[in-house]
Amino acid sequence: MEDTQLSMYQLYKEMLTKYLDNKSEHALYHAQQFSKQMMEKDMSPEETVSLHMSVFQEIAEDLSEEVVDSFDILLEVMIGYGLAYREHQSLRDKQRQLDSELTVAARMQKSLLPSEKIALDSVDFGVISVPAGKMSGDYYHYAHDEHKNVGVAVADVIGKGIPAAMSMSMIKYAMDTLPEQRLQPGALLENLNRVVERNIDDDMFITMMYGFYDPRNYRFNYASAGHEPGFIYHEESDKFENLDGRGLVLGVSKNVTYRDYEVAMNVGDFVVLLSDGVTECRVDGEFIERDQIIQMIRDYKHMPAQKIVDRIFYDLERAQEFQLRDDFTLLILRRKV
Amino acid sequence: MQVQTHVDIHSEWGIVAARQAGRKLAREIGFGSVDQARITTAISELARNIYLYANKGQIQIEEATSAGKRGIKIIATDQGPGIKEIRRVMEDGFTTSGGLGAGLPGVKRLMDDFDIDSELKVGTTITAIKWLR
Ligand SMILES: Nc1ncnc2c1ncn2[C@@H]1O[C@H](COP(=O)(O)OP(=O)(O)OP(=O)(O)O)[C@@H](O)[C@H]1O
Ligand SMILES: [Mg+2]
Repeated sequence: MEDTQLSMYQLYKEMLTKYLDNKSEHALYHAQQFSKQMMEKDMSPEETVSLHMSVFQEIAEDLSEEVVDSFDILLEVMIGYGLAYREHQSLRDKQRQLDSELTVAARMQKSLLPSEKIALDSVDFGVISVPAGKMSGDYYHYAHDEHKNVGVAVADVIGKGIPAAMSMSMIKYAMDTLPEQRLQPGALLENLNRVVERNIDDDMFITMMYGFYDPRNYRFNYASAGHEPGFIYHEESDKFENLDGRGLVLGVSKNVTYRDYEVAMNVGDFVVLLSDGVTECRVDGEFIERDQIIQMIRDYKHMPAQKIVDRIFYDLERAQEFQLRDDFTLLILRRKV
Repeated sequence: MQVQTHVDIHSEWGIVAARQAGRKLAREIGFGSVDQARITTAISELARNIYLYANKGQIQIEEATSAGKRGIKIIATDQGPGIKEIRRVMEDGFTTSGGLGAGLPGVKRLMDDFDIDSELKVGTTITAIKWLR
């Protein structure tokens, strides 16, 4: 400590002497670099003022008393800046700590999502889900049973950040407790609604679409709780159709029933589920139209499902200069045989 | 010889008097000008809090010694309303001045040792010491 103070004193003295001698830009540049060193050594503004004053007193002869005394005022004023500087440092440390806690939480959240790929010859599946911040308010699900029924879901918590993320994990746990309803979309949503209604704040809602592909009759059965409608692509007619479905968002009212809908899937047909983070992407200040999303899917539809969702995400992310405003989830399930 | 000064705080004059007494003793003990300014700022903040929140109280300033170290000890006492949420008050950014680094967390930073003892409706005693290096 004493040593560094001494060497700082020497360095500062040389610098100031040089400058007073030739007033060169070079010396000023040196001072700028030196300020970084001082900050690294945790020197506060008031210490810097004091250093300047003592060096100056040594090299300038016959300083008037007024000049010397004027530094008292400067020093006193600098104490406040020094405190603000210290506070800034401690807040920065705190911020780092919060950030790393969030990173851990985000990793935990990720582990709630399915990780194994669907390895069935009957379907081709792809999903991408990217949070706008660290934690996501979107949830997706996919799973298949021994009869090769493939269930898929996308849910979107209205709200952002940590509270949304916490509600998202609730959906996951609730889903786990309802395996019998996997082939009854409406009943599944009805049960989820009861859990959500009981457990989340009045001002939070969740929208969700759940459906499953039944390989015995080649149909996609689904139900919706106020969720952004998905699409189905019919290869034969080369047309996209909305997966419309009526149903109240989860968490508003205790006893709600949800209607089951179904749609035929021929070979090559695929369903698309999404969260409103996809449709609320803003390109050139305007919300993207569903037609535009359809066009993008159309452009990539020859690719495997995972490629399609990855490409669309990349394109939309890029169009928004790599800044997501909302959590983004896009899922595609295609009938292969 | 133990030097000890008491200053009553019931107006801004008292705050200035406490600063003056603190600076004088700090200088006598051997603190440099930067530390003198820091100690004075700490006294200011404590005295101002007494004046603002408890109306009146006392600042006691004395020399401190411990294990061969010398320092200055400030004790701010009042019989005011007490501090409700001490833990929050000690968080950065909580002060009404809106996080300019001052207030009680600032005092803690300016000094080496810091202790608050406060009871609602009874009063507050804050002790802070800075050691000479
Ligand atoms: N002696 C006291 N008696 C009662 N309450 C106090 C006392 N000292 C502080 N407090 C309470 O603690 C709070 C925080 O005090 P602190 O000095 O840290 O910040 P502040 O006075 O609000 O703002 P400033 O940054 O201007 O000092 C005060 O707002 C006040 O409510
Ligand atoms: Mg205060």
